[in-house]
Amino acid sequence: MTYWTGLVFVLVVVLDLLVLASSRLRGAIRTVAFQGAVLALLPLLLPAPAAGEHRVVHMVALAVGALVVKGFLIPGMMLWAMREAAIRREVEPIVGFVPSLVLGALGVAAAFTFSGALPLPAPELHPLLVPTSLSTVWTGLLLVVSRRKAVAQVLGFLLVENGVFVFGVLLSGFMPLMVEAGVLLDLLAATFVMGIVIFHINREFASLDTGRLTSLRD
Amino acid sequence: MLLLALLPLVLAPLALAALALAVPRARWRPRLLLVGAGLHAAAVAALWALRPGPTLSGWLALDAAGLLTLSTASAVFLASAVYVQGYLATHPERDDRVFVGSLLALLAAMTGAALAQNLGLLWVIIELTTLATAPLIYFRHDALSLEATWKYLMVCSLGIALALLGTFFLAFSSAGPGGPQTLLLPDLIAAGDRLSRPWVRAAFAFLLAGYGTKMGLAPFHAWKPDAYGEAPGVLGALLAGGVTNIAFLALVRATSVCQAAGEGPFARSALLGVGLLSMGVAAVFMVGQRDFKRLLAYSSVEHMGILALGVGLGGAAAAGAFFHMVNNGLTKGVLFLTAGNIHRAYGTKDTDRVRGAARRLPLSGPLFLLGFLAVTGSPPFAPFFSEFAILSGALGGGRWLVAAAYLALLALIFVTMGSTVLRIVQGEPRQPAEPGFGDVATTAGPPLLLLLAVLALGLWVPRGLLDLFDAAAALVRG
Amino acid sequence: MTRLAAAVLPFLAFLGLSPLLLGAVTRVKSLFAGRTGAPLLQPYHDLRRLLGKQPVYSRTTTWVFRAGPLVGLGAVVAAGLLMSFGGAPALLPFPGDFILFASLLGLSRFATALAALDTGSSFEGMGAAREVTFAAFAEPALFLCLVALVRATGSLSLSGMLREGLPELWRAQGPALLLAATALVVVALAENARIPVDDPTTHLELTMIHEVMVLDHSGPDLAVIHYAASLKLFLFGALVVRLALGFPFSSPWPSLGVFLGGMALFATALGAIESTMARLRLDRVPQLLVAASVLALFALVLLLR
Repeated sequence: MTYWTGLVFVLVVVLDLLVLASSRLRGAIRTVAFQGAVLALLPLLLPAPAAGEHRVVHMVALAVGALVVKGFLIPGMMLWAMREAAIRREVEPIVGFVPSLVLGALGVAAAFTFSGALPLPAPELHPLLVPTSLSTVWTGLLLVVSRRKAVAQVLGFLLVENGVFVFGVLLSGFMPLMVEAGVLLDLLAATFVMGIVIFHINREFASLDTGRLTSLRD
Repeated sequence: MLLLALLPLVLAPLALAALALAVPRARWRPRLLLVGAGLHAAAVAALWALRPGPTLSGWLALDAAGLLTLSTASAVFLASAVYVQGYLATHPERDDRVFVGSLLALLAAMTGAALAQNLGLLWVIIELTTLATAPLIYFRHDALSLEATWKYLMVCSLGIALALLGTFFLAFSSAGPGGPQTLLLPDLIAAGDRLSRPWVRAAFAFLLAGYGTKMGLAPFHAWKPDAYGEAPGVLGALLAGGVTNIAFLALVRATSVCQAAGEGPFARSALLGVGLLSMGVAAVFMVGQRDFKRLLAYSSVEHMGILALGVGLGGAAAAGAFFHMVNNGLTKGVLFLTAGNIHRAYGTKDTDRVRGAARRLPLSGPLFLLGFLAVTGSPPFAPFFSEFAILSGALGGGRWLVAAAYLALLALIFVTMGSTVLRIVQGEPRQPAEPGFGDVATTAGPPLLLLLAVLALGLWVPRGLLDLFDAAAALVRG
Repeated sequence: MTRLAAAVLPFLAFLGLSPLLLGAVTRVKSLFAGRTGAPLLQPYHDLRRLLGKQPVYSRTTTWVFRAGPLVGLGAVVAAGLLMSFGGAPALLPFPGDFILFASLLGLSRFATALAALDTGSSFEGMGAAREVTFAAFAEPALFLCLVALVRATGSLSLSGMLREGLPELWRAQGPALLLAATALVVVALAENARIPVDDPTTHLELTMIHEVMVLDHSGPDLAVIHYAASLKLFLFGALVVRLALGFPFSSPWPSLGVFLGGMALFATALGAIESTMARLRLDRVPQLLVAASVLALFALVLLLR
């Protein structure tokens, strides 16, 4: 079981790097959706600290909820928002594809090397969990900061949320389902609002290049 | 008892919001705001008298800090609700459905956040405030407000995501063997010494980044000038007087957990640094500021910095910080509402073109000036006393350097802000006034009342209020 | 006797069967395209035909041009001496030979590029510039992969890395090895000028990378160059195949058999990749190679924990 969990974590990080490197926005949206779906499997793979009927239902509900929201609803909304815009590709980002890939890799390496400073309080949990979460958060931040197209920035936000989700799965033991459902719904609502704003941006500027959104400055 | 109070506090605004969104064409839609605000204010007054205990197995409870935040938000919302009646009357062509609905949803969210004791629930509600305020920033439906909305959404959502990571870290710190394994605030504080310290430290770093973004502390304040600058004055008042205070409350809760876990010094020095940085950044960016709403945004950054500074110093300064939270909320209400009036009367926010506001708007102009005097700490207004309390806390604790920096920055901000405000208010208006955009009771009355409240608090603070400040400061006792 | 045969036979297979590998790849591509394609032994016929022709040398070239193909072939054969084919020990193994391995391949490329520059033609110069630029990106990836293997197996020699114990390694460090293998495949594609990095069958000089470097060679020189290219492909294939199918056998014969079967699979996979993917835009190739380096770096980080 640990072997497959480790494989899942490595796959999540590889998908991060893939999103960093991809210039095709639709492909990037699908990659993030796939990552969300993979992460939805995590509640079922990780060992439960306390067994019980209630817990199994909780885990399955979380997995199904995450799969539906992250794997289908959110990418669906993003693709809908993009449908109006004729864009297919990302223009050269502010940092450049190669440097952003290198920066992402350095962040991943740092996360994996220094995560020993944060010891897992319950040691039977997988050792790759903390670094994977931190790498995904780092990659998401990089995306938001370095990309020009609004859709790519939203993808960065989704990656950050995915990274945080990895953590959240571990806390299902004492985090009530209410809170997790709240988090997922918040994510859905946030993406919905962002999609609407993207739609408006496209209508206003006939482009989704946030390089046009630079009139407000001091 | 508290559960019953939830009816007018949370459920009524939500129901009214749903009603506002559902009905397609209704002239009475803005009146829903008055209904919601009135019910809410009455309920808050009842809470003051009754002080009920926790409910929903401890998930919701009313503590001192929560009551202060809730009251400030309620007062500002009541003033805003009256103001909106006049505001929407000047813009009959715009569809106010989303506007009114979002405002009511925001009220419900702010209340929920003030009452929440479960840190996960707190996070969910704060994220909802971001989503509720985004459509409000876009009310003007033009390119600049769209840009401001996008930046606001991205920066705040990103910050909130980091805050979620911090919340999870905090939960992790309590997940070890022997730990309380909970996200309920009282349980976390009670089990402070059993929390894993590296995780608490890391959690605080992320929570400071995340909730600091929502508060508008430097260096996470990038969204503030744009959002406050482009949003209607009403939203500026609500953001500066309500939402940022909610984020401050969340940060205070995080600090109290750190304090209980033994990471108090780390948390407080981080807050101190961020507070001084915010004041410094505000001072720098206020110099030569050409847009008076952006000026107010930087003033908000400054005052959030003062709040962080107060909590970072601890003790008497922390009580002063809570007093300042109330004062700042009310004063920002005055400033933003009158700024909205001035903007509307002149049709521009450019300080090069706005002159003689005191003449053209005989109520709003002088109120803007008085609000500026209040917010920069002139006696006899209340902010003077709260800022002085923080200063004496710094001096009493022997932090001479911090006190010197604090005073210097306050003086600098007074000068830079004053030059812009005086330029706007004094002199002769260049063009004749357009009809219909002058001062009316609904748009000038609320800021007047808020200013009178600030003046009253400066002259006399009720004993009950002082006790609340001390009780809130006890949360972050250092 | 058997020990000597166990070491020499794979090397002889390397020398003899490399053109067959090329033929197999071409055959698979033809099958994907719906044709029957050239016979599997066509590369051998081509080599024989070219060896019988007279070389034509341009007046602008010097001894460098004549020496280039031979140096290239010599370097690749020497690299083959260091390589362990199918788990059999290499003919000249020593600790740190993987660095010499990469350097010899670099030497081969250097000789070809020099010969191309020697012709004074702008086409060859362009090809040499492109080839060397991409090599600059591919080298770090290759080294990171090899270092990851060193870390995983604890041995500093290619033979030590590829000898035995690979299935346990996969069980223990599966994800990391998978990443390293993927990066290695990308590097193999880049170093051997296959799609998606370069199209070996294009006729348009401006789109060529490797082919254009050898435009001026003719006759036996061209035969030597083609042969060296097939040897290089075999070397990379051997690395990937042994990494993937590293089953330990007590006797060398089944090991060799599995190895050759694996090479056939490699040829099929290569043909499939070439048939299904389009060639990348030139400015995307460095991104691909940096991505391969990043994957290898990640594998190394995972192994270092």
